[in-house]
Formats: sequence, structure tokens, C-alpha cells
Amino acid sequence: MTVSVETRNLSITFGHGPTALKVLPDVSFLVEPGECFGLVGESGSGKSTILRCISMLTDFWKGDVLINGKSVRDMPLIERCRTLQMVFQDPYGSLHPRQSVRTVLSEPLRIHKLSDHEDRMQKVLTDVGLPVSFLDRFPHQLSGGQRQRVAIARALILEPSLLLLDEPTSALDVSVQAEILNLLQRLRELHGFTYIMVTHDLAVVDHMCDRFAVMLRGEITEILPREAIPGCEATHPYSRELIGASLEYEGHA
Amino acid sequence: MSVTTASRLRMPASLNALRNIIVFLMKSPTSLFGLCVLALLILVAIFAPLIATHDPYAQDLANTLQAPGNTHLFGTDELGRDIFSRLVWGSRITLTIIFLVSIVVGPIGLAVGAASGYLGGRFDTVMMRITDIFLSFPSLILSLAFVAALGPSLNNAIIAIALTSWPPIARLARAEAMTFRNADYIAAARLQGASPLRIIVKSIVPMCLPSVLIRLTLNMATVILTAAGLGFLGLGAQPPLPEWGAMIATGRRYMLDSWWLVTFPGVAILCVSLAFNLLGDGLRDALDPKQMNRR
Repeated sequence: MTVSVETRNLSITFGHGPTALKVLPDVSFLVEPGECFGLVGESGSGKSTILRCISMLTDFWKGDVLINGKSVRDMPLIERCRTLQMVFQDPYGSLHPRQSVRTVLSEPLRIHKLSDHEDRMQKVLTDVGLPVSFLDRFPHQLSGGQRQRVAIARALILEPSLLLLDEPTSALDVSVQAEILNLLQRLRELHGFTYIMVTHDLAVVDHMCDRFAVMLRGEITEILPREAIPGCEATHPYSRELIGASLEYEGHA
Repeated sequence: MSVTTASRLRMPASLNALRNIIVFLMKSPTSLFGLCVLALLILVAIFAPLIATHDPYAQDLANTLQAPGNTHLFGTDELGRDIFSRLVWGSRITLTIIFLVSIVVGPIGLAVGAASGYLGGRFDTVMMRITDIFLSFPSLILSLAFVAALGPSLNNAIIAIALTSWPPIARLARAEAMTFRNADYIAAARLQGASPLRIIVKSIVPMCLPSVLIRLTLNMATVILTAAGLGFLGLGAQPPLPEWGAMIATGRRYMLDSWWLVTFPGVAILCVSLAFNLLGDGLRDALDPKQMNRR
């Protein structure tokens, strides 16, 4: 099942009183079912915060986040977990250093009381392109790319419809980045996921996303289709600058 | 493959880890010394009836305060009891104290620390104020107070020591838990719908365990000394139990003429607490996660 995601007037403030910091003033966007939606912008512009709000990892935000028209706040925990999952930026920090791949993958199955553990684990490992023998490995016995594949497998094992990708490739080698992006691309074609992907690499957006939003200080300056990148067709000056800088860098590289 | 194969596959891994740790400990001379003394202590305690040359309680008033010699390896005390045999039987008491205190203190400290570190907020505040209160007393004085209230006996001494030695462990576990609670793997566990209890037990506790284990081992030296101190003050093991601290206490009166009464129990306490300290130090190197990858 593919799902749409809509955020309406999402806002969040960290801290209280005079030192309070409004990270997201008012964010609204709509992601179509089965779409890959990119969030780009400089560091600290609130990209990852949006993902943490949608996933309810931070829950003191205001506004609405609707998945297929249903507010994530009203979803029971179990349903929410089976609807959305997240892949984190740093594969070295997102896997428990003392849990084997088997534990990492079987834990969610046990929480959700699903059957056929062994079959599901083998299937999902095959899906992310890892041999089944990796089940008994520990994170320190895996390379960065393999760890990220395990992290993706962990996100997939509950068969969610929405994947939140928080810079899934920025901690990886360039060659490994391509592998992971192709894997994500293939999984989307296979399962019809909706992706929301945070990145600051416009080349990644160009490769993966259908549309993307350019963020500046917590606000979405502009939502553009992928086709706008090569011609630098943005209208907002900041988006133009960002895309221009990226094109220039790519050109020289 | 079924669940049984899974558990069979995992067992050797943990055994392997244990073997790795012991091999690592044997590499450094100091922790090897600690390991040897401990092994000796445990063997002596197990085979006490075979090793002891005399009955530890048998009085021989004709042979009181005998100097170390052939019939009595470490001499006799003021009632003519063989000191070597009493030391050998006393190792059982020492081990019992260490074992009971550790199995009470470790889980309590770990549970309180991991829970308040992960949950934070009001729970954390309340728990940490309680540990503050316990920490603000000198532990021997507090154990004295407990023993005085409960009545002097070995069991009450163990309870008193346990009550006074969990707060440092809770503090340690809390500090560790606080560094992990914002890690991505905890966020991932939350996204999978894991309950706070599950996260604490399955994700936080395994991360806190090595440092708590190290602290517990180092703590054992203090436990031995506190037990001996309580015994010395007459509030721990009661006569005629051959507890090492109590032996020193009774021997004190004859110390000037008969040095062997206090020396041998003193050396035993010294060796065992030194062994635990050295072992704890070795464990710190062995369990350091940064060194795990090198093995």
C-alpha cells in the first residue's frame, strides 16, 4: 500500500521563555503516494527536525501531520511503527554495538508478535543484498555500507509504507553511496514506498527524488520538480544560489 | 532453521567472549596475579575440609598462643585454635559476603541507574536525591547504623553493606545511560515500538554492563574491608565464626607478644582485596569497547 503524507502548519520550538528557539516556524507540504520527496538546505535549516516530528521521535510540535489523511498523533503506536520507519545518517551510530544482526532484525518481529521470524529475516536481508550468513555478525564485523544495508533491513522488516531517510548516504564512501542509492531506488520500485529524504547533496536529489523542497532557516522557500535542477529554474534567490553553487561544483569536479 | 538453532549458534559466541576476556587478563602480570589469588581463594573455600589441618572451632587450652611451627602452620590463638584452619574456613565467609553483596548491589544499582538515566525527568530527580542521601554518609558509619538497628550478625552485616554500596553503581549506570539515550539505535528501537522497559533492558543495560561489572569488581575490595571492619568492631560475624576481621579484633589484645594472631588474617585480607583491585583494573582494559575490535 502506498501512502501520502501531508504536513500542515508544522511548527516546533525548543526551550522555554526568552531562550526559546523556534526551529520550524510553519511548514506545510504534500507528498504524493509513492513519491520520493527531497528536503535540501544548509545545516541547521530544520530538515532532520521535520523527519523527527513526522516520526514522533520529538512529539511536542504543533500543527498536523497526516499520513493517508490520518493524523500520526492519533495512530496507535503499533500501527504507526508499521506505517513509517526511518533510516539514520550514521550507520556507525544507528546499530547497537552489542547486538548481532539477528537480534536487530528479530526484536521488531517480537515486539509486533509476528510469526516466521527466520523467513522474514532471510527475505529482508536478501532484499537489501546481504547474504543470509550475515545474521550472526555484529556491527563491528561489517563495513559502513553493509551496516547501512542492515539499518535499511531493520526499517523494512516491519513492512512500512513510508520511509524517512535522514541523509542515508552522507556518512559513506562515494562508491558505496551509489550502491545504497540504487538499492533504495530498487526497493521503491519493488514495494512502492513513499520516501521523504533529507540530504544536502543535490546530485542525490537529481538521482532519486521526484520533487524537492529547498529549506532556509526552518522555512520552505520553494518546492521544485527534479527537472528544475539542470536548468536552474528556481525562482527564489536562495534556491537559485544553492542550485547554482551545486551545478558549478559538479561542473568543476 | 528454527529458534533452537539460533540459540545454539549464539551460545558459543558468549562463551567465546568469556574466553577472550580471560586470555586478555592473563596477558598482563597484575591481572594474572589477581586472577590467580581469586582462583586460589575459590579453591580453598571449596576444599576447606580437605585443606584445613585442624577443626577451626576446636579449642586446646593447653596450647594457647603457640608460635607458627610444625604442628600449627600459622600458630594458635588465645583459645588454642589453629589459625591456618580458621583462615581456610574464613575464606568461605569472605566469599559468601562478596557473592551476596554483589548479586544484591549489581542488579539494584544497574536497574536504578539505567532507568533514571534513560527516563530522566521526575523519576530521575527522585532516584538521584535518594542516592545523594545514601552517598552523603560515610559507608562504614551507615553500615554501623544499620547493623546497630538490625542487631549484630553476619547476615545483617551483608544487608548493611549492600544498602550502602549500591548508590555509586547507580550513579555510574545513570551516567552511562545518559550518554546512550540519544543514540540513533535507541531512536530506532523507539520507532519499532519498543516499550521503555524493553529499551532499558535490551539496549541500555548491555551498554552499561561492562563499566558496572568493573566497578563491582573494584567494589569487592571495599566490601571485604567493610566486612572486616564490621567484624573488627564486633558488629559483623560473631564468635566463634572464623571471619578474618573478627580474628584480627580478638587477636589485637595479644598483638605485642603474639604477632601471628593479627598478621595472617591481615595478610589474607590484603591479598584478596588487592587481587580484586588488580582484577578490576584488568577488566577495565578487557571490557573497553574500543579494545573489543582489536581482538
